[in-house]
Amino acid sequence: MIDVKRIEEVMRIAVEHSSADQLEVLASAKETALTRFSNNHIHQNVSETNMGLSIRAAVGQRLGYASTNRLDADSVKAMVDRATEMAAHRPPDDRFTSLPSPKATRKRDLVALSTVDCSPERRARQVEQLIRIAEAGELTAAGAFSTGYNIIGIANTLGVLATTVVSDASLKTVMMAETSSGYGSAIAVDVDDIDVEKIASEAAEKARISIDPIDIEPGPYTVILEPDAVADMVSFMAFAGFGALSLQEGRSFMKERLGQEIVSPLISIWDDAFDDHTIGLPFDFEGVPKQKVSFIENGVAKGVCYDTYTAAKEGVESTGHGLPAPNIHGPLPLNLIVGAGNSSLNDMVNGSERAILVTRFHYTNLEDPIKTTLTGMTRDGTFLIENGEIRSGIKNLRFTQSILEALSRVEQVSNERQMKDAFLGTIYVPALKIREFNFTGATQF
Amino acid sequence: MKELAFLALDVAKAYGATYADIRIIERQNEAIIIKNGRVEELGASTNYGFGIRVIADGAWGFAGSFLVERGEIERIARLAVETAKASALIKHKNVTLAPAPIITDSFTSPVQKDPFDVALQDKLAVLSRAEEVIRKTPGVSIASASMEMARHKKIFASLEGSYIEQEMTECGAGIHAIAISGNDIQERSYPNSHGGDSATAGYEFIESLMLGEHAAQIAEEAVQLLTAKECPSGEMTIILDGSQLALQVHESCGHPVELDRVLGMEASFAGTSFLTLDKLDKLRYGSPIVNINADATIPGALGTFAYDDEGIPAQRFDIVKDGMFKGYLTSRETAPILEQTSNGCMRADGWGRLPLIRMTNINLLPGNSSLAEMIDGVKDGVYLSTNRSWSIDDKRLNFQFATEIGWEIKNGKLGAVIKNPNYTGLTPEFWNSCDAIAGQDEWRVWGLANCGKGEPMQVAHVAHGAAPARFRNVKVGVGR
Repeated sequence: MIDVKRIEEVMRIAVEHSSADQLEVLASAKETALTRFSNNHIHQNVSETNMGLSIRAAVGQRLGYASTNRLDADSVKAMVDRATEMAAHRPPDDRFTSLPSPKATRKRDLVALSTVDCSPERRARQVEQLIRIAEAGELTAAGAFSTGYNIIGIANTLGVLATTVVSDASLKTVMMAETSSGYGSAIAVDVDDIDVEKIASEAAEKARISIDPIDIEPGPYTVILEPDAVADMVSFMAFAGFGALSLQEGRSFMKERLGQEIVSPLISIWDDAFDDHTIGLPFDFEGVPKQKVSFIENGVAKGVCYDTYTAAKEGVESTGHGLPAPNIHGPLPLNLIVGAGNSSLNDMVNGSERAILVTRFHYTNLEDPIKTTLTGMTRDGTFLIENGEIRSGIKNLRFTQSILEALSRVEQVSNERQMKDAFLGTIYVPALKIREFNFTGATQF
Repeated sequence: MKELAFLALDVAKAYGATYADIRIIERQNEAIIIKNGRVEELGASTNYGFGIRVIADGAWGFAGSFLVERGEIERIARLAVETAKASALIKHKNVTLAPAPIITDSFTSPVQKDPFDVALQDKLAVLSRAEEVIRKTPGVSIASASMEMARHKKIFASLEGSYIEQEMTECGAGIHAIAISGNDIQERSYPNSHGGDSATAGYEFIESLMLGEHAAQIAEEAVQLLTAKECPSGEMTIILDGSQLALQVHESCGHPVELDRVLGMEASFAGTSFLTLDKLDKLRYGSPIVNINADATIPGALGTFAYDDEGIPAQRFDIVKDGMFKGYLTSRETAPILEQTSNGCMRADGWGRLPLIRMTNINLLPGNSSLAEMIDGVKDGVYLSTNRSWSIDDKRLNFQFATEIGWEIKNGKLGAVIKNPNYTGLTPEFWNSCDAIAGQDEWRVWGLANCGKGEPMQVAHVAHGAAPARFRNVKVGVGR
């Protein structure tokens, strides 16, 4: 295992070598492995050991960037010089004020040695357990089982110095029958917390009960979105509008609506890297301690998250949501949480006269970031509910739907939530029951 | 370096590998983004490392590291073999590879003007000039201009005896205008969206784009879109420009003909393919004028190379011929299923990733029409340009694309600008509705530098040749 001391040493060399007015060093190390399976056997099995160093140099108000994964002392110094040289060649940025000053950072490592030490054989044995469940149900399993750890270190010439270690293990599987499929997934800090049998059984059951799906006409339907589908939708929402840069540039749906009710009062969304149900770093990629930020509280737009640059523009403090520099997206939340309700998934199904139950979405994409128009497909378990029961699987549908409008029509929120691996970090979400969800097309399976 | 490569292969063999290859890759990169008058990004990066792929006990293992040193190469070679042996605990049969030629060669992609020799100030000036024109256009909210240049030096060596060195230089650039009014957000890009256009070429490619000369037009169009009428809804004739067709080919033809996807190897991520093995030579994929090929030899195209990451020479072959489905993209592992040898489509995203079947340059071949002639033949339809959003189901059948801009076509004439256009369909129905494709004069290759696939995720650089084409009875204005 690459240790924290190595990261600290690299950062020290960079900071001490700096001739810039200010210098920031982001150093990282990782060892990751992923066992991939399909057709009930392992077909890809990989691991990667890597380190990285990103330099942000400020010469007056001129900023330059350089990065490398060569971390011998000479290479580190050369990158510091390169970033400084890049800064000298560019025009000044009058909106840059300073790199962040040090603040008290809550020390937290989220690391499990069982994950760090997980061998290829252990991953293979757990995949084997999953495949046996698939075979028992005459199903074909595909999926990925990954384990690994990251060390992140931030330092700057103003005195910021922070390091953390985080491990994660993730298992996901699609199980397929002739005409159907089902999905199961889990992510955890400790590989021992991945319940292989539970995930495999959920996926197998979804595939079993959606065999021979029926056609259904697209149109507006009441939907029950399971946590994977909610995670996808809320992640796109966050990307489109929860960061300060999108608000400052006028492309966020939050603009001119802070303090107003923008979705159902049943919906609250916030970011909290220290919540036990997320895998979060204690500081952002500028070394600023992570703050809890409320975006939507009981349906009302409350605020956005900031990095140093966007905060300076408004004269406020960074909330600790800076991404690695250079970053064109601005600050973004990586540990989203959607508040729980008081229904169970069963309540939602039992109380539905006619509805569609969606396991997850596929290939979602924003067509309009302000109207939050999202399109995508359902996948791996889409069901017709009639008179409070699952009647049958249905062929997958395409939706074209404003996220804001969907969240304005939420009828029920589940009390149980799940942590999901989303494209913006991890997200902890409930299931949602939403009326008049707009399905605009269908496919052939 | 050769010695280190052979060391890896020897260690892997000693620990039980029956096949091994190593790739040692150094990547140099420079990126500049100017946005709203300030230099948003000005950075240089280098990345170096190696990856070792082995077969042991009849199964695959792969490991990579950033530390290109003797001790680490020995450790990683052993880890790759250990990983392969773990894979072998759950196998149905031994991996077998199609035969490959033993090659010793080196290749450097042609460069007229080395992008790393061009002064930074000159690059900034090119972008600043274009960005300023956009920013100063009344009504524009966000103006940006970007360029990126990269050089990969790659060594491939295999236990079978191949040793290949390749050096590839890539350049790309683009400009972008966003206009916002209330809740209406409109955008225009040149030469294409999602970062512009890229090629396996030197700085001369960026110069050829003439960004400054196109800035005013896209800025004015973005503003014009704010007051344009909405795209109509219903079934009608559409004409797609080459850049949008490039992405249509990518999603609805390029991905579904990847043989690993067809065989279920990508099932848990982006899915499988409707182009199952029984459809080869039997499915009418498109109308008889639809011809699509894969060609990794097009000079300067972003998906061009000399050898893939299994050491197989770049090739050109048919995918769709006269509308009939004719071929897959293959690898040494998958090709034997078709009783073929690999057609050279295995590429990895750097040293730390396993090679996967990736598109090369997948091209809709030119027809014998022209944009003007196609418009002339439309009574009621739309002409759509420049991708804004894309989505397709997990067998690559149901797709939906949005474009930045469209124009009405009424009685054979191009009419008013329309905003928020989108269209949807099912892949074979769509391609069978194609009744005209513009000719060679309007055909060009579009680089696409953001093709995602695999777990861990990999990004490939591919390209698509296309000219405008016409499709009948397509559903547009979805979700209005």
